[in-house]
Amino acid sequence: MTQPDAAYKARDVTGYADVPAETKEHLFEQVKADPRYADYLYGCYECGICVAVCPSARFYDFSPRRIAQAAAREDVDLIYQQMQEDIWECSQCFSCVRCPRGNNPGGIITIMREVAINNGLASAKEALVGYSRIIYKIMSTGTQVSPDMLQQDAFPDWGPETADVSANLDLWRRALPPETLHTTSTGWKVADSTLIELYLIWLHTGALDMISGVDPSLHAILQEVMEERLEEEGIEP
Amino acid sequence: MTTIPVEALLRKKEHFERGADRRALEDPRAELLALEAQGELVVQKMDREAMAMTTKYGREKRIQKSHLWHHKSCGQCGHIPGYSTSIFWVMRKLGYDYHDPQDQTSCTAWNYYASATSNAAAQAAVAVRNFAAAEQTGYFPLIHCGTSYGHYKEVREELIRHPELRAEVRGIMARLGKQLVLPEEIIHYSEWFFALRHEIAAKQVRDVSNVVVTVHPACHYYKLVEGDALYDPEIYGGQRTAVVTGLAQALGAEVRSYSTWFDCCGFGFRHILVQRDFTRSFATLRKIEVMKEEADPDVVLTHDTGCVTTLDKSQFAAKAHDRNVGVAVLSDAQFAALAMGAHPYKVCQLHWHSADYRPLLEKMGIDHEQAWAEFQADIKRLESGEKRYLDWDDVDS
Repeated sequence: MTQPDAAYKARDVTGYADVPAETKEHLFEQVKADPRYADYLYGCYECGICVAVCPSARFYDFSPRRIAQAAAREDVDLIYQQMQEDIWECSQCFSCVRCPRGNNPGGIITIMREVAINNGLASAKEALVGYSRIIYKIMSTGTQVSPDMLQQDAFPDWGPETADVSANLDLWRRALPPETLHTTSTGWKVADSTLIELYLIWLHTGALDMISGVDPSLHAILQEVMEERLEEEGIEP
Repeated sequence: MTTIPVEALLRKKEHFERGADRRALEDPRAELLALEAQGELVVQKMDREAMAMTTKYGREKRIQKSHLWHHKSCGQCGHIPGYSTSIFWVMRKLGYDYHDPQDQTSCTAWNYYASATSNAAAQAAVAVRNFAAAEQTGYFPLIHCGTSYGHYKEVREELIRHPELRAEVRGIMARLGKQLVLPEEIIHYSEWFFALRHEIAAKQVRDVSNVVVTVHPACHYYKLVEGDALYDPEIYGGQRTAVVTGLAQALGAEVRSYSTWFDCCGFGFRHILVQRDFTRSFATLRKIEVMKEEADPDVVLTHDTGCVTTLDKSQFAAKAHDRNVGVAVLSDAQFAALAMGAHPYKVCQLHWHSADYRPLLEKMGIDHEQAWAEFQADIKRLESGEKRYLDWDDVDS
């Protein structure tokens, strides 16, 4: 069922195809099924404090209040639209937990994003364009950003110092007194045994499989990296 | 007039009733100890001298002074290595022992808040794996990153509230040969610096009384599970977190306020990497320019990986547009290290920063040209093969 007033952003400009009401309900059921959901939503005074403190609300057509209200009303049309249009604009700073009612709109968005990833929604695929190498880095090495990412073509707006770092990377890393920081492709030296334990966590919690719907190539590469490493160690994945 | 039956109203409200078990945890430490008594998990206790501090709502939180397991930050180690190095350096100067582990992964929360390509069980398992690794060494964890600190507090709440999550994580840990371990307190390094600010100030060798400071408090430090952050009635009347500001004041710097102190920095997790137009705009328009106009600081001090990165790196492009930017951005740890006499390049690694820090160094009485020449001389030793790596003795020579 489509409610005309739910479309605060006209569907003809969103670029996403509509889906049956059952699909929307199914997606929202997944959001509600997360054990954290009940801790994140208590209703809404409509005071707007969450919007006033929200950085994304200042620069995007985005409102944490609308997120909390749509969830509270269980308005599956609007929730679906938010999952396609809004949730990736959130900064995840959690300024919105200043809510006097105790809501956590940022937390609701975390769950909505997980559901969008798990279901391979178009918004999730779009949001992760250009982000694959970060996921590869964190899942395969155990550290998220590395010194060798500081390349001027990737960060031209960070100033000429980025080029200096890149040009002197090996020497400048060897000049760091903590022994764990002499690395260039990871933030610090992570022990092999630690990495194997991390791989087992990604495999056994389903975190690795979450990306199969949004980036099948990345999923295949990571799966191969992890399973090969575990096989070398004689560990059953 | 239509009368709505009370039952119908209550039924509508039922979904939002806040049960006693859904209120914010008043004393997570007590909850952990109760769960430990039931055999649900293992709590790592502090076993060295600790300082008693006060949290937002008055709970006592102890900060262990020595024998600490440094949970490093990927953003600090990767892109702002002088941040981590300064934390270690200050701890060494005060004579407190520590462990810098290789048996540590990132908390992975930067990726989680950016891409959501993980889930509650995986995030909890990553956290607990790190805590179990710390407990095996006997050193007590000290968290470098504000996001790791905030996320681990979230994970702790989830594990306390949800037995099914505990059971799942226990199962995963059993496969790794580990137990479900959580420390009795989750401690951020800036809390350690705040707790020991008078010991730090006692070792101060550089006068900073002419330095004007603005403080950006990190969202994931004091907004995420806000009850655990440190407050002090003597600092902002107890209305803002006391860390960073308390340290800067103890060192004698002049801390000035500005109207957008509550705003985030604009990091955004995914935005800083793939949507930086938002990050740059927010960081300059809502933070740096406001600070410049209202407080005219020599330096912005903050206490989190993302905040230093965002506020420091976002100024270059804004400067090209003649915006009112151009202020050094340092972590509280780097500022304290400089005040204690640390080398600006060998220890604080300021050559990794973008915003111009040289006017600040001049105000602190540091000859940055001479300091750079000293650093370059050390680099030549590496280039010539005289040494493979610099070590702690080199940075203080």
